[in-house]
Amino acid sequence: MSTLLTVAGVSKRFRGLLAVDRVSFEIESGEIFAVIGPNGAGKTTLFNIIAGVFAGDEGAITFDGERIEGLSSDAVCRRGIGRTFQLVRPFPALTVEDNVVIGALLHRSDVAAARRHARDVLARLDLFDKRGLTASALTLPDRKRLEVARALATEPKLLLLDEVMAGLRPTETDRMVAILADINRERGVAILLIEHVMRAVMALATRVLVLHHGAQIALGTPDAVVRDPAVVESYLGAEAVG
Amino acid sequence: MKAILDDMPVRGRILAAIVLLALAAAPFVANRYLLSVLTLILYLAYVGQAWNLVMGFCGQLSLGHALYIGLGGYVAALFWLEFGVGPWIGVFAAMAVAMAFGAVIAWLGFRFGIEGVYFSLLTIAFAEFTRIGFDNMAFTGGAGGLFIPYEEKRLGEWWNLRGGQWMYYYIALLLAAGAVTLTAWLARSRLGYQWVAIREDETAARALGIDAFAVKMKAMLISSAMTAVGGVFYAFYYNTLFPSQMFDMGRSIEIIMAPIVGGLGTVFGPVVGAFVLTPMGELLIAATERLGFNAPGTKAVFYGAMLIVIIMLRPAGLWPWLARMLGVWERKP
Amino acid sequence: MASLYVNVVIQGLLTGLIYGLMALGLSVIFGVVRVVNFAHGEFAVVAMYAAFILFSRLGLDPLVTMLPIAAGFFVIGYILQATLIQRFVGRPETQQFILLVGVAIIIVNVLLMQFGPDAQPVNLSYGFDSFLIGPVIVDKSRIYAAVAAVAVATVLFAFFRHTRTGTAIRACADNLTGAGVVGLDVKKLYALTFGIGLACVGAAGALMVTIADAAPSLGPAYTLLAFIIVIIGGLGSMTGALVGGVLIGVSEALAGFILVPAMKSMFSFALLILVLVLRPQGLMGRRT
Repeated sequence: MSTLLTVAGVSKRFRGLLAVDRVSFEIESGEIFAVIGPNGAGKTTLFNIIAGVFAGDEGAITFDGERIEGLSSDAVCRRGIGRTFQLVRPFPALTVEDNVVIGALLHRSDVAAARRHARDVLARLDLFDKRGLTASALTLPDRKRLEVARALATEPKLLLLDEVMAGLRPTETDRMVAILADINRERGVAILLIEHVMRAVMALATRVLVLHHGAQIALGTPDAVVRDPAVVESYLGAEAVG
Repeated sequence: MKAILDDMPVRGRILAAIVLLALAAAPFVANRYLLSVLTLILYLAYVGQAWNLVMGFCGQLSLGHALYIGLGGYVAALFWLEFGVGPWIGVFAAMAVAMAFGAVIAWLGFRFGIEGVYFSLLTIAFAEFTRIGFDNMAFTGGAGGLFIPYEEKRLGEWWNLRGGQWMYYYIALLLAAGAVTLTAWLARSRLGYQWVAIREDETAARALGIDAFAVKMKAMLISSAMTAVGGVFYAFYYNTLFPSQMFDMGRSIEIIMAPIVGGLGTVFGPVVGAFVLTPMGELLIAATERLGFNAPGTKAVFYGAMLIVIIMLRPAGLWPWLARMLGVWERKP
Repeated sequence: MASLYVNVVIQGLLTGLIYGLMALGLSVIFGVVRVVNFAHGEFAVVAMYAAFILFSRLGLDPLVTMLPIAAGFFVIGYILQATLIQRFVGRPETQQFILLVGVAIIIVNVLLMQFGPDAQPVNLSYGFDSFLIGPVIVDKSRIYAAVAAVAVATVLFAFFRHTRTGTAIRACADNLTGAGVVGLDVKKLYALTFGIGLACVGAAGALMVTIADAAPSLGPAYTLLAFIIVIIGGLGSMTGALVGGVLIGVSEALAGFILVPAMKSMFSFALLILVLVLRPQGLMGRRT
């Protein structure tokens, strides 16, 4: 396996507060990598720096052999990183299918071809039957899936998922986990998850990075990480162990 | 063209064919007055469509589209008057100049993140700035205006846009039909989808790899060029150009009425809007005269009231509602 | 020569204060209700005609009639917001735009039907009097009008800072959901705000007749002027509106003096473009 994404010493300050503190890790191609940590640990900030929403203050990000730190979000996407939004933002007035078509148009100029691809992706995410609905009419679980479908339609090498499990019921979470695992296995898409739902993280991730107050306090396999005393102390002690 | 027809149900195709045939045959039955009203409707449908691309599809509220009407009209008129170059060539210069202005506004607006109401103000500022500039430029006739002479011997030189009501009518029909076709094609193209994505949610659109700056710039360039063509038509149809009319805020408002009333971001909205608003204005004139209100402004008061009523009752525009009622347009599955 | 410039600047400053009061109304409405009043200048012209009628029929000084006119405008604004504009709050800008353009068209043309297109002057008995302060000559009417404008603005500032209702309105502007949660009647506050905004325009319009003749065609021009001022000062900022007004008043006066008078508003538009590009939140505005 080769290295797909390298994050090296990335930091970001907001008004003096160190939101992300010299974080470094690598993601192999085809890997499912999770970032966890309590609220305010800097997960979303890190996510946004990788996705090009804003630039970090220091550090380097290399994707597929190319430096991408400081690129705009659309440029990052064109290089092969798809993302979802924690607070879903579908194109409300468009149909579910057209939402995905727009993603599929990134690498296709022909709308008919994009539509065929979009339907494949929709079928993958159990949304094929709802493709004619207006996006604003969907329920939250469906919107979460639409968010993933749209990003996936851009055919990324790396998919950034920002809390796609949040707000889902356990059965829905399991379904999403199964879908993501399939996508990862069949298309070889690497996934970077930011997630609170440990059930999903344990089921999916090959490796887990734990952030606390912006700094990384553990990095390893899910089983190793949950047994790490520092992790238990900072985060799992309160929530998951009990 | 085929893609457009494929998306239309049979009733829609029949209706479109009937309307087009009726419009093509109109000069043979309509009197001069009716023909002039129809010409005005088609002209407004055309420039409304041009604006619809930038606002209805791409979501950028330009309130200064009179700028491109004015520039288009003046450039083509000056080419004709100063160099004897006819509007069929002048129109390209007109488009180029309008696109240059459009590019500057778009660059300023989209590069510096001037959005929403602020972008609208930027477009108004450019239009007004240019209006005052033309008011004070001797070369273009200043506030006193520019006149394209009416010459008997040139009548019938259709390639120089010199002709009678029939000629102007058919040109307006060609422009409007062309604009509808172009819009329908664009709406189903990659660019059209990218426009709509930006209109709906620019952040999400960018996260899907859409270069928002480039895509919005294209909308402004296409729209400004199209609007300039409308300006050329306007100049050679009315033969008089005053900065206070060509570049006026009122002209910008006139351009955007039909698409808003008809339905923003729809292919037929601007046409339907023009076909409702213009006759409504004409009917109001007739009605107020018959009722004995001769005071100037009576018609406009009713017009204003109708606008309020329409936007209150049909905020998404008349066409989506009408199309549903007639069962003539289906959204794609 | 220098004193000539001082004269021009002071003239512009005084005019600018009245502009500022008018723009203040626009800024308050936008800052709270989030509706852009595209009929703002038209309302100012209505106030000008009201002052003109009260002066020509009853001989009342606009400085006096300013108060009842502002009160009347408050009522109009309150009713307009409560019945019509409230339905459009939160709707797309294009729809609000059409609604208020409709209102503007009606206003201009009713004025046209009633008074004709010609400008109507208000000839005050002291219209040509002036104060002589050293080398500086200032029109009496302009001084009075400017002082009155500042007085109205001061009352408004005090209202927003020191009264319960004023504070509630500011809370609405800052955090709408929060205001709703703590039980403020947002709709009523919006209506009050629109009323206050129009009262500003009413007062400003009444004062305007002391320095300009009333004419229907002034409406769109004043709307644009108010926009420019508010954008330059900072949309939603009250001090910004006054500062912007003075800035535009002075720059127009100077531009009209140095360049061709007809080109003076070109200068304002250039200023507007500059501000939009360099400091889009306006001079006194906060970046959101």
